[in-house]
Amino acid sequence: MKPTPAPAIRKAPLLTISLFLLMAIIGISLNEPSRVLEQAWQVCLSCIGIG
Amino acid sequence: MPELHWHRLMNTIRKWVQALSFLLTNGSWAFPFTRTIYQGPLKVVCSPGLNCYSCPAATTYCPMGALQQLLAGLRQALDNGQYFFGFYVVGTLGVIGGLVGRLVCGWFCPFGLFQELLHRIPSPKFAVPRPLRFIKFGVLTLMVVILPLTIVGDMGIGSPWFCKTLCPAGTLEAGIPMLLMQPNLREAIGLLFYSKVFILLLFSGWSLVASRPFCRTTCPLGAFYALFSSVKLVKLALDRERCTNCRACHAVCPMGVRFNESPNDTECISCLACSRACPFAAIHLEIGGLPLTAKDRRPLGKQA
Repeated sequence: MKPTPAPAIRKAPLLTISLFLLMAIIGISLNEPSRVLEQAWQVCLSCIGIG
Repeated sequence: MPELHWHRLMNTIRKWVQALSFLLTNGSWAFPFTRTIYQGPLKVVCSPGLNCYSCPAATTYCPMGALQQLLAGLRQALDNGQYFFGFYVVGTLGVIGGLVGRLVCGWFCPFGLFQELLHRIPSPKFAVPRPLRFIKFGVLTLMVVILPLTIVGDMGIGSPWFCKTLCPAGTLEAGIPMLLMQPNLREAIGLLFYSKVFILLLFSGWSLVASRPFCRTTCPLGAFYALFSSVKLVKLALDRERCTNCRACHAVCPMGVRFNESPNDTECISCLACSRACPFAAIHLEIGGLPLTAKDRRPLGKQA
């Protein structure tokens, strides 16, 4: 009986994750998380349809 | 482990993960006393699913809300020398998408869980027309990116159009609770709020008779994760040698995927319903190309 070949590891996911990780790191270096935090701490009434 | 036991275990785990994810992303229960939203450091963490960060109990930020806000304020930020293009939010979402893609919808999204629970209520059930799936890509492009960037006021600041005019999760988790907690806000509600309540009722009613209609037709977060359907690390895979095209996977899929025809379908949320239903063990979970579930190697037709 012919042996089943070992499944190949896909590289595309690792490349994709690395690229977006780099993008996130660039965002962190630009101090974006502090802006996100400022926004998340406020209740934006018009954003939820009030006012 | 026998296939049947594996599938039962995975189904139980998925339900627990959904419940835990809901509790973790909405874990701040001090709001009845504080009468406002959580304002701690955890709000710098991205919620993988659609979960409004103006919800009083929300402990994380909503990636769709944050992205719209960053894009809406981009002109002003650039004027102030701040380069807030949304790299942090898109980068985080991309990492999640590259890891698991729309598995988030099936395992982690609180609004997905809400629709799933509504669908369990006994009632006549109907299919969602397949062409409607493309609407969500338009919502992502137009309401999350283009409109917040281009329609700006005198101060150069735009609006988060998806949150403001469409998002039913925001109405359910933030709009209604805020009105209950702060009665003085009731004077400020108008046509916009009523239209959003109507949209929430529409999707809630639709969820009773169809499976996950918001995920399938409108969710921009689902649309973003769908872009990773071919390149995500964790995915369901089809063993073509074992598949007999019996279509058992068609009937059980909550997203209307015909898995034997399109194993990389953008709608697949990796809920494993098809894998459970397949009588030939032709569908299995894999990580980076390596099978996670032990493939049943018994001859075709001899499985459970």
